[in-house]
Amino acid sequence: MVPQFLLDLKDFISQPWPWYVAGLMISLIMFLLLWFGKDFGISANLRIMCAADGADKFSDFFKFDWASQGWNLMVALGALFGGYIAAHYFSTPGEQVAHVSAATLESLRQLSPQFAYETGAVPLVPEFYSWTSLFSWRGLLIIVGGGFLVGFGARYAGGCTSGHAISGLSALQLPSLVAVIGFFLGGLAMTHLLFPLIF
Amino acid sequence: MRLSKYILIGILLGVTLYKSEAVSWFRIFEMFNFQSFHMYGIIGTSVVMGVLIVQFIKRTHLRSVEGKEIVIPPKDKAYLRYIIGGFIFGLGWALAGVCPAPMFILMGSGYTVFIVFLAAAMFGTFFYGVARKYLPHNLK
Repeated sequence: MVPQFLLDLKDFISQPWPWYVAGLMISLIMFLLLWFGKDFGISANLRIMCAADGADKFSDFFKFDWASQGWNLMVALGALFGGYIAAHYFSTPGEQVAHVSAATLESLRQLSPQFAYETGAVPLVPEFYSWTSLFSWRGLLIIVGGGFLVGFGARYAGGCTSGHAISGLSALQLPSLVAVIGFFLGGLAMTHLLFPLIF
Repeated sequence: MRLSKYILIGILLGVTLYKSEAVSWFRIFEMFNFQSFHMYGIIGTSVVMGVLIVQFIKRTHLRSVEGKEIVIPPKDKAYLRYIIGGFIFGLGWALAGVCPAPMFILMGSGYTVFIVFLAAAMFGTFFYGVARKYLPHNLK
């Protein structure tokens, strides 16, 4: 039998985590990586994977010692495992919901009938996260178009949320503040100007 | 432990972002509508703690586990790339509801269609690598 205290711990972890717990954990992750002589930046993995796939034949941007960056691929692999563990062991079945505010519930309802959810019934992720949605223009735009924009934009800006918003702002670097302002301008333009056309 | 400790760090990252709903498209939508403090609280707490951590490292000259001085390389001062690249990244972040870490996390939690998203993101990075000499960066 599993000891009771372990089951209690599992239940404790399975609750939705408040923002301050998540924030503390992320700063702990950043500290551990700095202490190990590395730096926190997940989108760098896309460049490493391109280089490992032979992209150096097409651009000098991919000519670097990617084999020494294996630690970062391990962080990405760990994140993948973490997603599996959280979804399968630290979640209450049938309760995988996003606890969004009442105002968001109303905005979703106004955006499209497909987002007309009852209070407390907003799923964690939208239904278009599926293979079948790739056969609709909207799903294709979100998955393939979104992926391209994230991969292209992150490298153009020299980092993503972890590299600029967390690491760069923590080191009080002005370039990262400019990048984060860019992230928000892009996100606001998409949400307020383009979403009414897409959904 | 040479590489496996990084897997453990990744697992902590994955569980944290999943359990705090930062992987949720709906939470990102809420954030860009300024309708909840939640996402700002997550990013804000990690930045405030991060500033304290970086100051602690600098003032105590803390050395890494390998005994070397911890240096945070300054980013180059070429502002055009940050604002344009950042804007493009932001469009994708809001559209798909994921940035690079949640892409891996959601793939692991069962949304295998993110394999396609990863391939598209790799192509985006590849395209940047090929096209960068034609793109404005403010670099001399």
